[in-house]
Amino acid sequence: MNKVQNNRAWWLILPMLLLVAFSAIIPLMTVVNYSVQDVFDANTRFFTGAEWFKEMLNDPELHAAVLRQFAFSLTVLAIEVPLGIGIALLMPKKGWQASAVLILVTMPLLIPWNVVGSIWQIFTRGDIGLMGWSLRELGYGYNITASPVDAWVTIILMDVWHWTPLIALLCYSGLRSIPDAYYQAARIDRASKWAVFRFIQLPKLTNVLVIGVLLRFMHSFMIYAEPFVLTGGGPGSSTTFLSQSLTTMAIGQQDLGPSAAFSLIYFLIILLVSWVFYTAIMNMQKDNKKEGEA
Amino acid sequence: MTDTIPTTPEAVRKSAAAADARRRRKARPASRQWRRRGLMAAYIVFVLLPIYWLLNMSFQSNTEILGGLTLWPETFTLEHYAKIFTDSNWYMGYVNSITYVLMNMAITIVVALPAAYAFSRYQFIGDKHLFFWLLTNLMAPPAVFLLPYFQLYYTVGLFDTHIAVALAHCLFNIPLAVWILEGFMSGVPKEIDETAFIDGYSFPKFFVKIFIPMISSGIGVTLFFLFMFSWVELLLASTLTATDAQPIASVMTQTKGASGIDWGTLAAAGTLTILPGIVVVYFVRHHIAKGFALGRT
Repeated sequence: MNKVQNNRAWWLILPMLLLVAFSAIIPLMTVVNYSVQDVFDANTRFFTGAEWFKEMLNDPELHAAVLRQFAFSLTVLAIEVPLGIGIALLMPKKGWQASAVLILVTMPLLIPWNVVGSIWQIFTRGDIGLMGWSLRELGYGYNITASPVDAWVTIILMDVWHWTPLIALLCYSGLRSIPDAYYQAARIDRASKWAVFRFIQLPKLTNVLVIGVLLRFMHSFMIYAEPFVLTGGGPGSSTTFLSQSLTTMAIGQQDLGPSAAFSLIYFLIILLVSWVFYTAIMNMQKDNKKEGEA
Repeated sequence: MTDTIPTTPEAVRKSAAAADARRRRKARPASRQWRRRGLMAAYIVFVLLPIYWLLNMSFQSNTEILGGLTLWPETFTLEHYAKIFTDSNWYMGYVNSITYVLMNMAITIVVALPAAYAFSRYQFIGDKHLFFWLLTNLMAPPAVFLLPYFQLYYTVGLFDTHIAVALAHCLFNIPLAVWILEGFMSGVPKEIDETAFIDGYSFPKFFVKIFIPMISSGIGVTLFFLFMFSWVELLLASTLTATDAQPIASVMTQTKGASGIDWGTLAAAGTLTILPGIVVVYFVRHHIAKGFALGRT
């Protein structure tokens, strides 16, 4: 769409800008402020420059947490995106079944995050949980408080349960916006199911998928409440993700300087990955368009 | 030969319809239909099992829960729900949560609508940078802002109020709302605006009377997402409140008593947190099923 050049549009943005600035810029400045100082109490503080950043970047515990975080985020994305697309294709399109399935599928999304943790805690306990108890009855010594592998698999299963609906919902909605004429044309051409998916449905889904993948990446990278309730970060520190390390450091140990430096690094990692992903997709789309025109 | 080559339009239509039906039957045999339904049903069972378990447990007494595994409540009891609805500490948790979620939705939609309109219709100095900066707020981990938020809201005297949580949730909800609404607004042809202005509508009148009804399903979808992300967030909500505005999620952490966790009450409280979400999805289901394509194209 051709947009009109008009700087008075700033007036429309202003209320939103003030509000977001209040919630974002002031707190962010506080974090920056802490990250370059050593605070003893309200009146004693020293300027430390980049020292905290150096310390954080060389902290082996944090390296491990960052690696764990990436492993987790990539795993859940690799499972949730294809599964979500599949579910969206399977969901009924008309009638009361469509509404019913839509509501059922969306349900996990609207449950508070720590309740999700509680649900899975109850579900997987060896003594009172259906899943934990069944696995034990089948002869597998399932125990998320002792075995890191069990804890990992359970957390990934929980995340798939919790967030696949988001991808499914976005894709379902994207699919519904494809006009029927496209499918009719494909039928006339006797296109195979795969061809319909590859050349009609997938291109229409690109936009929603970009949003879905970005949101999923960001949220999985910030995950806190669910593993905190389910495993408490254990056994050992095998499921301690970045947010939890950060809150332990900032609230638990009151290490303001290092945790502020850690916060900024954390934020920058998310920003960088999202930016790279977004630019890559946009360039890919541009190339596709050029090819289409040529 | 009259039966092979139809001559009247009526006959042509009929034979075409018959051919179409034949092809459809061939392309989609019943067995494949059933496989689709089977897969869908399997996924729904996967979604519902943990929730069923929660529901099951909420109707059992604590002695039955700890006494052994039962697949359904053998002594059906409502004592946990009764406890929640009679203890003000418990039910106020729900009232508090719903209060700040509604406040957040109202604030967000009011400031996001004009902003999204500006982004979708006008070019102005710094528009692209501003949009990207907005999105970066979506990426800020709440854990990063815990301490500064606590200090900020404590300093301005808003600590432990509903509005504090509502404002804090604006951090990620406003960017999301602008992002979604901008996509919907770009789908409305600009000629509509121009015609309305020629007809003598002032901007506010046009915006409220004509433009907002045109994107009502977009607003519905946006409100759904706003509700969702504000309702489920716990970290900021519990940090910014103590007693007066405590969300249900942090009331639930108090079920750990001297005699261990009160599983039944925890399960009942968890079950009740699912209900508002179901109501909201029920209201927006048509907007979602109608189809929307998010994002800039």
